[in-house]
Formats: sequence, C-alpha cells, structure tokens
Amino acid sequence: MMLIDCPECGPRDETEFHYGGAAHVAYPADPAALTDQEWARYLFFRANTRGDFAERWVHSAGCRRWFNAVRNTVTYEFTAIYPAGTPRPGAQV
Amino acid sequence: MTGRRLDGYGSRIERDRPLTFTFDGAVHTGFVGDTLASALLANGVSVFGSSIMKGRPRGVTSAGPEEPTAIIQVEEPFPEPMLTATTVELRDALVARSLRGQGKLAATGDPERYDAVHHHAELVVVGAGPAGLSAAAAAARRGAKVLLIDDRPAPGGALLGRAELGWADELVGELAALPNATHLQRTTVTGYYDRNYLIAVEHRTDHPDHGLAEGATRERIWRIRAGRVLLATGAHERTIAFAGNDVPGVLLAESARVYLHRYGVLVGSDVVVFTEHDDAYRTAVDLFEAGAAVTVVDPRQTPPRVPAGFAGKVLSGSVISSTEVDENGVLTAVLVGPTGGGAAHQRLSADVLAVSGGWNPAVQLFSQSGGSTVFDNATGGFVPDTATQQVSVAGSVVGLRTSAEAVEDGIAAIKALFGESPADRETIAFPESEPEPVPANPPAALYAVLPPGADPRTLTEHYVDIQRDVTIADIAIASGAGLRSVEHVKRYTTAGTAHDQGKTSGVVTSAVLAAMQGVEVGELGVTKFRPPYTAISFAALAGRERGDLYDPVRTTGAHRWHLDHGARWENVGQWKRPWFYPQTLPGGGTEDMHAAVTRECIAARTNVAFMDGSTLGKIDVQGPDAGQFLDMLYTNLMSSLKVGAIRYGVMCAADGMMLDDGTVFRLGDEHFLLTTTTGNAAKVLDWMEEWLQTEWPHLRVGCTSVTEQWATMAIVGPRSRALLAALAADLSVANADLPFMAWKDTSVVGLSARVARISFSGELAYEINVAWHDAAALWDAVWAAGAPIGLTPYGTETMHVLRAEKGYPIIGQDTDGTITPQDLGMSWVVSKKKLDYIGKRSHARPANNAPNRQHLVGLLPVDPAVPLPEGAQLIDVSNASAPLVPPVPMLGHITSGYFSAALNSTFALALLVGGRDRMGSTVHVVIDGRPTPAVVTSAVLVDPDGLRRDGDPAGDGPAIDLIARGAGLPTSPLASLSGDLAALSKRPGTAVRVAEVPLTTALNLRLTRGSAGAEAVCAELGVALPPRTGAIATGDGVELLALGPDEFLLLSGPGHARELAGRIEMAAGPADRGSGFVGVTDVSASRTTLRVSGPNARTVLRHGCALDLESMLEPSCAQTMLAQCAVVLISDGLFTPGEEADQLRIMVRSSFAAHLARWLLLTSVEY
Repeated sequence: MMLIDCPECGPRDETEFHYGGAAHVAYPADPAALTDQEWARYLFFRANTRGDFAERWVHSAGCRRWFNAVRNTVTYEFTAIYPAGTPRPGAQV
Repeated sequence: MTGRRLDGYGSRIERDRPLTFTFDGAVHTGFVGDTLASALLANGVSVFGSSIMKGRPRGVTSAGPEEPTAIIQVEEPFPEPMLTATTVELRDALVARSLRGQGKLAATGDPERYDAVHHHAELVVVGAGPAGLSAAAAAARRGAKVLLIDDRPAPGGALLGRAELGWADELVGELAALPNATHLQRTTVTGYYDRNYLIAVEHRTDHPDHGLAEGATRERIWRIRAGRVLLATGAHERTIAFAGNDVPGVLLAESARVYLHRYGVLVGSDVVVFTEHDDAYRTAVDLFEAGAAVTVVDPRQTPPRVPAGFAGKVLSGSVISSTEVDENGVLTAVLVGPTGGGAAHQRLSADVLAVSGGWNPAVQLFSQSGGSTVFDNATGGFVPDTATQQVSVAGSVVGLRTSAEAVEDGIAAIKALFGESPADRETIAFPESEPEPVPANPPAALYAVLPPGADPRTLTEHYVDIQRDVTIADIAIASGAGLRSVEHVKRYTTAGTAHDQGKTSGVVTSAVLAAMQGVEVGELGVTKFRPPYTAISFAALAGRERGDLYDPVRTTGAHRWHLDHGARWENVGQWKRPWFYPQTLPGGGTEDMHAAVTRECIAARTNVAFMDGSTLGKIDVQGPDAGQFLDMLYTNLMSSLKVGAIRYGVMCAADGMMLDDGTVFRLGDEHFLLTTTTGNAAKVLDWMEEWLQTEWPHLRVGCTSVTEQWATMAIVGPRSRALLAALAADLSVANADLPFMAWKDTSVVGLSARVARISFSGELAYEINVAWHDAAALWDAVWAAGAPIGLTPYGTETMHVLRAEKGYPIIGQDTDGTITPQDLGMSWVVSKKKLDYIGKRSHARPANNAPNRQHLVGLLPVDPAVPLPEGAQLIDVSNASAPLVPPVPMLGHITSGYFSAALNSTFALALLVGGRDRMGSTVHVVIDGRPTPAVVTSAVLVDPDGLRRDGDPAGDGPAIDLIARGAGLPTSPLASLSGDLAALSKRPGTAVRVAEVPLTTALNLRLTRGSAGAEAVCAELGVALPPRTGAIATGDGVELLALGPDEFLLLSGPGHARELAGRIEMAAGPADRGSGFVGVTDVSASRTTLRVSGPNARTVLRHGCALDLESMLEPSCAQTMLAQCAVVLISDGLFTPGEEADQLRIMVRSSFAAHLARWLLLTSVEY
C-alpha cells in the first residue's frame, strides 16, 4: 500500500487516489490539424518506463485535486510531487 | 512417542485449571496455557494426521507457527480446517480431529465477528523476544510511538528460563505503563507491503482469560503504517533430510525443550538427539535431567565438551541413516551409521528423535519488504542483506545465537535509529544468574544424510518438505528435467508451497538442489517469500465487510416508501433501486415479474405511472466559462441553451467512443445542472475535473456533485399532466407554459421543487425534483393524490422496456466502449459547427464512417413469443435449418431484449454490422445453439413519430382532486435509526455516543484565494478564509471548512441555505472577478452529519478510517474514507483522545448514511 503525499491533504493511502497515466501529454492545440497517425499517437502511445516515470494522480477520495508525480516504477518510490501544468522537476526545458 | 506430564516444569500451564477436550473422538484433559499439541503430547498422542500425497502418518514437528505436520481440523466450537495444533490454544470443550491434508469448511455461517483497525506508529517492532523487547523498551523510553507485536501467547520469544522470563515480564510491565507504547501478543504480522505498511492478525478470543466483553471480535486485522520497522523475528530450527525423517516421533530438538519447560511435557523416554551443532545439546541436557534416556548422534568426529550432569551417550562421527516404526508408523528405533557413509552399525531404540540441522533466520518479512538475503555460514541459513525500505533487523534473525547478544543488538538498533553512540549505556541488563550453556563450537549446517554413491532419484524416503511429501528424489527429478532456478523447482515439486511455506524446510530444499548442481547454497539462494507469513482466515480478511456491510448499500430518500409498497430490488452499482412492484393477485399469490412489468408498462402508456429517478447523477456547474466548458465536453452545443431550457447531450472520450449521456439544465447565465447515468455519476465528475484541472485550468468553472441534494420522481403517461396540475397549484402546466425540455421552479404539494418536462419513455412525462430529505413527504402526497386514479409505481425493468421501445440506448448496456454516437444513429447530437469537442477528431477518422461498423437497430422475432436474450449472437446463415458449421460469420449481438405490451411481442435492440443498410432483412439470433429468425427494424418501435410526447391528443382527461393536506415534514436520512443510535449512546458505562445532527445547512463555495470576490464573501460572512486545506474558520453562526485550494464548505444551523446563498451572491456580485469567480451550491440535503463523541470516539473510527486520527487534535477537517464511505471528517476541538469531551463529526452522503450508521452501531458495541 503506497503512501502518496497529496499536496493539499498530506500523506494518504494509495486507495484514496486514482491513477491518471503518463504526465505531460497535452491535448493537442488543434486536433483537426493532425494526421490520423499523429492523433493515434496522442491517444494511444505512452512510454512504458522502467525507473523514474512522470505520471498523474488525483486524490479522488479527498480534495479531488490532480497533481503530477515522479515515481520509480520498480521501487514504487516517489521522488517528486508537483502541480499539474508545471514542468517535471529537473527536466530540460 | 510416550509423552507425559512432569512435575516441576511448565511455566505456561496452570495445573489447577484443567480443561477437557476431544481429539479423534477420545476425551483428554489438559491445562489452561496448553496448546492443543502440548496437551495431546502430554496424553501420549503421537499421530496428528497423515500426509496429503502419500497418506503417511504425521506427528508434531515443532512448537510454533512453523509447524509442517500437526495440521488438524477443529470441529467445535466452530469448524475450521487446517490449523496448526502447535498454535491452537486449548479451551474447554474444544473438539478437533486429525486430517489428511485438506480440511473441511463449515457448512454454516460463522457466528463470530471479525474486524479491522488502522494504526500508525513511529516504530513497529515485530517479535517480543530478547531483541524485540529490549528494542521496544529502549525506543519507548526515548518517547517514540512504538507498537510491539508478537505472535505467541506470551512475550519472551525463545526464552525458557524463569529468570529470563522474569526479565521479559519486567520490560512488558514497563511498556504497559508508557502511553506511547502499544503491545500486542497473539498477533501475527502476515504481510509487509510498500511504504512500511504491515498487515497483522490479532487472535483475540480463542483462549481462556481474554477478558473481552461480549460482542468482542474474534480476530482483528491490524493495518499498520510504520515510520520504521524493526524485525526481531527470530529463527526457526531446520530439519535434516535422512531416510524416514518424516515419521511421528521425529521432531525439532529445541521444540522438545520447549514442550518440557513451557508445558511440562516430556515428549519421550528414549530420546536420540541428532545434530551437528552445539545448540541442540541443550535439549540433550534438559531432557536427560528430566528423566529421559538420551543419546546424541553427532556427525562431527570431535563432539563438544558435554556439560556437567549429562550422563547420556554421545556417538560422534555418526549419522542417522534410517528410522524404524511400529504398526502405526510411529518411531521405535533409529539406525546409526558412520559419517560419510557406510553401513549402519548400530540400532538405538527410540521413541523420540530430536533433530536440529541448524537455524533458519526468520527472514520472511524482511524478504517481503523487498530486502535481499545472503547466506550466513554461522547458521547455515540466509540472513537479511540489503533493505529497500525503512527497516532494521536485530537478534537471531541476523544470526545471533545467545539471548544476551540479542538484547544488546536490539538496543544497538534503537541507538542507531536515534543517532546515538553505541557506547552510551542502556539499563536493560539481561539476567546472568541463569546462563545458557554457551556453545563451544560454531554451528555446522547439516542438511541431508545421503548414502554414498546412491542415485538421488532413488531417495524417496528422504523428505525435504514433509508437508508436501517432497523428497530428495523429487528434487533430483526436477533438476534432471533441467530446472535450475530454485523458484522453478519449488513450483515443479511443490516444495515450500504448503501451509508452512517451507519455514523449516526451504533452506534444505535449496541445499539439496545446490549439491545436485554443484554450486554453493548461498549462490543458488532461496525462494522469495511472499505474504502471508502464516495462514489467515477469510473471515478475518472480510472483517466487518460481510453480509449487509459487505459493500455500502445506497438508498434514496423514498426507500421506505418502496419497501412499504412491496418493491423487488435491483442492484445498480451500490444503489438499491425498485425493480418492479408485484401486486397481490385477487385469488391469492403475487404477480410474477412478467405480469408486473406488463401491468406497469400499460399504466405508463395509457394512464399515469411514477418511478424513483433519484439515483441519476447530478452535477452543478457554475462559472463564467461554464458554457464554453460544456461545449467541449458534450458533442453538441450547450452554450446556446436558454435559461429555463433543457437539452439532451452526449459525452465521448477522446477516442470518440460514447462515455455517457444525460440532460443539461440551464439554471442561469453562468449556471448549469447536468445529469449523468446512475452508474457513471462519479466517473463523469472525475472526467470533468480532469479536463478542468489538467488541460484547461484557465477556465473559471466549478463542478459540485448534487446527486443526493435532489430527489427525483418521474411521473409518466397521458394522465401525468392532470396529476401534476393537482399537485402543483401554482404551476401552469399547459404545453405552451411548460413545453417539452423546459423546467420551472415551483411548489409541489407544499414542497419547494423544480419541475422539468423530460421523457425517457416517449410519453408525456415530468420530473419533480425536491430536496433529498423531502422525498418521503413527496412520495406520500403524490401517492395519496394519484392512487385513486390508478397511479402505478414502476421500477427499473419497466423503465427499460419503455425506453427500449423508443430506441433510447443505455450507455454501458447498448454500448460497450467501441460505439460512437454515429453508430447509435445519433449524428443529430454531434455538432458539425463546433471547432472542437472531445472526440471530434476521432469522429473525423474515415474508419468511423466505414460501412461495416455496428449500428444500433431494432429486432422483431418472426415468432413474437420467443424471448430474445441479451448477449445472444447474431449470425449470417444462408440455410437456417442446416447444422451450423464453424466458422459462422458473426454480425453482432443483442444488447437489450424485452417483452413489449404495446407491440404484443418480444423485441430487442442490437448492434448489427451495417445494420442501417439491413432494414427489413432477416438475421438469425442464436438461442440455445439454434438460429432463430428476426427482422431488422428501426430501433424506434413504439410511436415512431413522437405523437405521444405532448400527451393524448384527445386531452388530459378529467381534473384530479388533491387531497388537502399540509406539506410533509422533512425526513433526515437516519431518522429511522435514531432509536438505535440513542440506545447505543445510553448504554450504561458507554464510552462512545453516536447521534445524527439532521438537516444542517451546507453550502459548497468556490472561492479563489486572494480574489476580491473571496474577500467580499468572507467579509459578508464575518469569517476568515481558512489558511489551508483541512483548516476550519468560524464566524457568526457559521463554520467555513477548506475542502481544497478553492473549494469550501459553509456550515450553519438548519434552514439558512437560501438566506446565506443570497448574501453570498449579493456580496460577490459587484466584486471584480478577474481570474476568479464565486460559486455557491446548496448541498444541505446532500449529506447528513453524525456526531461521534466520548473517550472511545476515535477508537471506534480507527476501525474504518486509515487517517491518523490522533494527528487531528485541533479543529480541522479531512475528506477521506470511513467504512467504505466518502466522508468529511471534522475534529471538533482541542481535545485529547480518550477524554470524555472528545468529539468528531462525520458528514456522509445521504445515500450512504444508513450504511455508515449501521457500521457505527456494530463497531461501537465493544466500546
């Protein structure tokens, strides 16, 4: 049972959260401008990272706020938790 | 074995308190403090069962939870299979029997209760032996919040001496006096999960003197979150694989000593001890002193210095080569041969063979935590190596051998945690008055005795896993088959997969396999350990969550009315919805479902009928950008909707597939109310929040669930307008004043209501929405007015028939995540004009318009009496009478199938490949393997031109008189349980009180921190904005709870919602909104409040709430889960847990309130 540090509510059990998949996959500014292949990549293609992975979580049983986190997919250790819409800490801009 | 009870021994048993019990039909006596195993041994019982594969007799091997052989069935007080006799504590009238392998589950429900509790600790110490006790005491002295857990009936671990046990008692007494220490015996940590989350099982009442009140639970699951874990889990003695090592009479050496010292049982009179290390000589000495004849067989050429007083024989340079048994298969003699091989040269008669191959440090929990293990030469077993969690280890689990060493190690572990120097003194002195015999030599590991030159595949009597009957031969066959990994060999042979999970035998398996592969056992390793450490009963895991409390049952405000009117129930998600209302037949008996539904359908299509629609999801959407947001969310345009109007809408996922559908009410310029399907209410709200927060945070929109704010009654049928006119005197019900898809706020039978003209049946129909707590009053009044004219209640089945006759799809029933609005023939609900909406790009894919997509169509069977079952396949056959030859071309499947009274035929909705191009053609439905012909039609089968929507063209019929009555009083969700709650709270000496605080005013506020609007609202309310999520601010008669960064809950006494909302809107109106906005939603009826108070208030809540309630001592709130219900938990003041004045409030959604109250009633019994 992971313990996830909600930025609003503090550490809570994993069961209070829902997982939102990879972070930093923005809705395309103009979907109509994309080819079918490009649109399919947005819809269906995600990295399956072994190690640190930037992902989205929502505290569904608490404040209902979405946030981003970097979690190691091997050890399940969270190394960063940061607001939705902000870049991954330490990432090259 | 010829076990017998001795005087002068037995620290744990109370000889003045005898107990009578039955085993295999024979009545025996034992004492309080005995285990079933010790009592049976004292009565001379040797055989406890037989092995599962070979049926060989099995005796007792150990004295603890590692037991591999003495697996028994308890029959009374309640049947329980496969318990270890070594851990079953003796009780009066216990009835048990031996087993061959598997036991038998009870045929009746378990009358005992089970529960769970959440616990938070800075340090959890597992194991109350010398290392664990001293560590727990050292940590508790330093002020840490400590939880000490041990699986045995008494603390002390492996300690047997009186002085040592006195030392343990002293530390236990010290811990008991410290408020920051909690100590649990008879509690097994069975699982070690991520972030130091431990699961433990406490056995509470299966022993005399438990001292718990009537109604106490039998077993309790502890869900523990630990800052740090110290594992002082000790070690298990290891078996040795030799020929005939599985017979009753062969047991672990230290266990023989345990039976003597703890239970006063001398397990035999002719004892042979077989060991290659010095620790087992303690057994030889003690059993000899107790009167047994003892011979030690030691493979070493030079045996250790034998302690003074031991006058038994020591056969050095010798091994046990085989065993002899009597006609019952019980040990009678051992054959001794030379170390290294050669023929047996000596036969020793023996009724007990005490074996010790060395020690297996109990690394199970460390391994579960993710830590790696490494081979340890000193023990011949594996010890903890690298940790991946915040975990320490101390004592014999790291290979230490003496109690004094373990004590020091436990203290050192705590010093390390507190960053202290190891040299600092700690005053936990271990008694030196009763020193253990100090082993002279380091232990040497002996895993197996192999006849030299023998083919290991022939060693079918050398058991490595006694419980699974796995022998060296089995390992050899697995190895010969090419299996290299110990994990593969485990699964191939089943070694280590039994009840004991290889606790005594796992390392032996690895060692035997390593020898076959010519590698060191340390190189080969052992299998990874996984939870549970010992078996857990399903009853304990289920806890309170069984029967009525298995899953929350959500009920509507009219639940009582449905009950009183004979509703049969359909479970829709967690909701209980009336399914149909069978009537009593004139000649006796009651209608079946077909008759009831047919009658209900006819009433709705020819007269007037009503149903409970309260379970529909309802979401209040406010803000300057709400219209823009809904335009993206729905496939059609919502921003153009006029205030007072309603529009049907469809939501799709980004892949273009149907997500949900419902109606949207425009309540104001910046205010909408949307409905969702019953099952998707939470999902749709989550979906909206996801887009708002992660993609479009610039949109000023707030979404609030109001599902339980509004109770919804649908009244349906050509007479519904006449009925509504009678119910709502102030409302003009004329078609022109209240047209299709319009709503009006009004008064219905004196209740404040919103009436909407919506139809899910094609008939003239209305929805009456009132506050949730007014539902009971509404149903009573409408029934009183309507019953005389034939008003008919109907349930979900009739609702489904009526909507299917009109071709209205149910998302999730007629769609399956691969269906678009176009597939449903609903292109009209998809905007061509909007630049974008979620799903638009996917709808533009050419494949979405391919002719081979499945379309929703209607089906009419050629034989109108044939039911068309949901899920039946549609196939393409040219000759329906010929046998079907695979592959049969599949065309689709039936999604909904019913009998229609209006059509006097069965009918179905189906998804059919290219269905719209097949109108009028015949397809075949596979029913019971036979193709059955049906004609493809439009999905709209009844009133295709929509003529009935505005009612009967001939008029509404005669006016209906309203029976004069005053407006009904509101009914709070727990009104029917108030007596039970009061009785609980008035029990003599109760330490917890529970009461409903009904009808509290609650407004959900959206306030943007730092905005002028927020400041204006706070100034108006005379309250400061709480500084952070979870904080509470109080003002004049109001409380403001911060639920999130921009979401607040304003609480006040009953009846202030309208006035407070008005003041807030007035204050916010003129403020410069900038990037923020002010939203107000009345949620007074959405939840009810339970007040839980008294010294045990927090203790009760800990059973269902994972939060650390002791950290909520100041006034604060938290949204979390309690007993599977989403709640707002409010801690009410500066209280200390355990004080009389301690008080918390729980705000729970109205539909969940009864479930939570029942949970509280049950959980509070013990307090």
